[in-house]
Amino acid sequence: MITRREFFQAALATSALYGASGLGNWARLAAQQALTQDQLLQFDDFGNVTLMHITDIHAQLKPIWFREPEVNIGVGEAKGHVPHVTGLEFQKMFGIAPQSPEAYALTYADFEALGRAYGKMGGMDRVATVVKAIRAARPDAILLDGGDTWHGSMTSFLTKGQDMVNVMNALGVEAMTSHWEWTYGSGRVKEIVETQLKFPFLGANIFDAEWDEPAFEPYKIFERGGQRIAVIGQAFPYMPIANPRWMFPEYSFGIREERMQEMVDEVRAEGVDLVVCLSHNGFDVDKKMASRVKGIDVILTGHTHDAVPQPVLIGETILIASGSNGKFLSRVDLDVRDGRMMGYRHKLIPIFSDVITPDPEMASLIDAERAPFKADLEERVGTTETLLYRRGSFNGTWDDLICEAIRSERDAQISLSPGVRWGTTLMPGDAITREDIHNVTSMTYGACYRNEMTGETLKTVLEDVADNLFNTDPYYQQGGDMVRVGGLSYAIDVSRPIGTRISDLRLTDSGEAIEPSKAYTVAGWASVNEGTEGPQIWDVIESHIRKLGTVTLQPKNPVTVTGL
Amino acid sequence: MNLSRRDTLMFGLGGFATLALPGALSAATVEELAAPFTGGATPGAGGITLTMPEIAENGNTVPVEVDAPGAVAILLLASGNPEPAVATFTFGPAAANQRAATRIRLAKTQDVIAMAKMADGSIVQASATVKVTIGGCGG
Repeated sequence: MITRREFFQAALATSALYGASGLGNWARLAAQQALTQDQLLQFDDFGNVTLMHITDIHAQLKPIWFREPEVNIGVGEAKGHVPHVTGLEFQKMFGIAPQSPEAYALTYADFEALGRAYGKMGGMDRVATVVKAIRAARPDAILLDGGDTWHGSMTSFLTKGQDMVNVMNALGVEAMTSHWEWTYGSGRVKEIVETQLKFPFLGANIFDAEWDEPAFEPYKIFERGGQRIAVIGQAFPYMPIANPRWMFPEYSFGIREERMQEMVDEVRAEGVDLVVCLSHNGFDVDKKMASRVKGIDVILTGHTHDAVPQPVLIGETILIASGSNGKFLSRVDLDVRDGRMMGYRHKLIPIFSDVITPDPEMASLIDAERAPFKADLEERVGTTETLLYRRGSFNGTWDDLICEAIRSERDAQISLSPGVRWGTTLMPGDAITREDIHNVTSMTYGACYRNEMTGETLKTVLEDVADNLFNTDPYYQQGGDMVRVGGLSYAIDVSRPIGTRISDLRLTDSGEAIEPSKAYTVAGWASVNEGTEGPQIWDVIESHIRKLGTVTLQPKNPVTVTGL
Repeated sequence: MNLSRRDTLMFGLGGFATLALPGALSAATVEELAAPFTGGATPGAGGITLTMPEIAENGNTVPVEVDAPGAVAILLLASGNPEPAVATFTFGPAAANQRAATRIRLAKTQDVIAMAKMADGSIVQASATVKVTIGGCGG
């Protein structure tokens, strides 16, 4: 392992090498570089119960770049509150020094410069080190995984989630809930749950579609530190709407608030001391649920990929948001007495991959999982001169590139790319490997279709997706970002109701207005319809990047946003 | 590849296709259907629970449950359907509870309304907005 001093010298040397001018304040950076593993893990033990939460790993076994969103629009009551605060405002809200390690981990500001100094984040071998250290201090700590674990990388796709199942079993996860797991099909989910997982797959809101009866274990009661702790699982509520229903036709989901209340009442009646909800609802949905379901002490929230450095208090419930892609692990210490949560202490631990020593056992397991595919994964397809990122309410540069690839390879006037929140970042100068392309596209329904749509249908699609984000009632939000567009520009007033948000649709090539009755060629990927045909999206992108050699994107601004 | 439009729209248009159903102009309105049930009484709130998903997984078969302890009859209306009348459930004196569950088809995003008539002729009402979406981008 390199020492701290060596690490920072190495990091600075690297940054000097790339050192584009005008990016960041180097002197200040150097002054602030005082990070150690001990500091990252430092925690004054508190109370008698410890929870560890990790969520939305999206199968990222190795350290990654991940730029947090620059634009994360919240409407209605969510406006101005986390997670709808970004960049410098976020830093101000939480008292984070600009250009500090926390600023790099939690915000997009100066991402490239700070990334060069502080390095990649995540890596499940580093996460394993953190988990072991916490367990050494608190042997009774409970490790919980919020789901979106088995999906998001080339190796998870090729092994149908097996690599992640093996890693999470080895990490000693004690319960999980789910979302993208289901896109391997209900048969594969059942196979893993019944024959592989060493811990329960919880989902109080997963019902049998035919009889509308509970289909999965709703909760698990742990006896730890002399306390009885109920962990209730809540899977992603909008599975059959946001992802292909035909892949898991036997199951129905939904928020099912009354079911959550029933489960809380049931475990309370059993005399548990603490009620934890391990949720994949998304931040704003969980905020609303916490205000309406009585008796939950802690909600460990996932799905919307928000990293929030402090718990959000709603009534007597604390809401913990632990980020995504293995960038963070939350440690929550609780003082539980007489069946009540009396106090809490919390730390969102950033997984700086150059600071935290990899756990050797986990590192070798990860290497073994990757070995059969190594050559394929690491094949260099091209290089990027542009920072490639996805997260944000509207277009990011990765999707600009994907939309360009689709239009060019599929000869379409307009391209669409789904507003998923997963997808890692690449720095200017980075090689683009096949694995990198999978990190932003991996899925079991990745066919790149091409067909015709009328202008009216295009507007309807945009209106429908916009309402999933900008409906003022969080229970009607599905938690993705806006569908990304290529070859098309439009205006959106986020304050309006459905049907009236989108206007001024135009073809970017000619500036010509889109006519409702006219048909346009449209290509895209991630259709939820069964039997969609076309080449796999990652092959489309690879072919495009190979032709380019080096990717240099011009800034695009296809969406004019008002009503903020 | 030559898919029909219905097959190939990116966001799962099973529900979307039904958005285009022409409104049946001759169908009775919610008010016209409710009037004979309420007998002119102004509906109150409370004492009736209507449980439906916030967003329909499949607009063609949406689960609905209504519970109104002490009711003699429950009227269920889908305000945005071409034909808003869905069902009237009546409960005899021997009914152990006054609860009904079924599945209904919803043509588009709309409010579903349940009214319960109590033994004394008073009316209570609950409604729920159910979104029928073309879906597809959650991530």
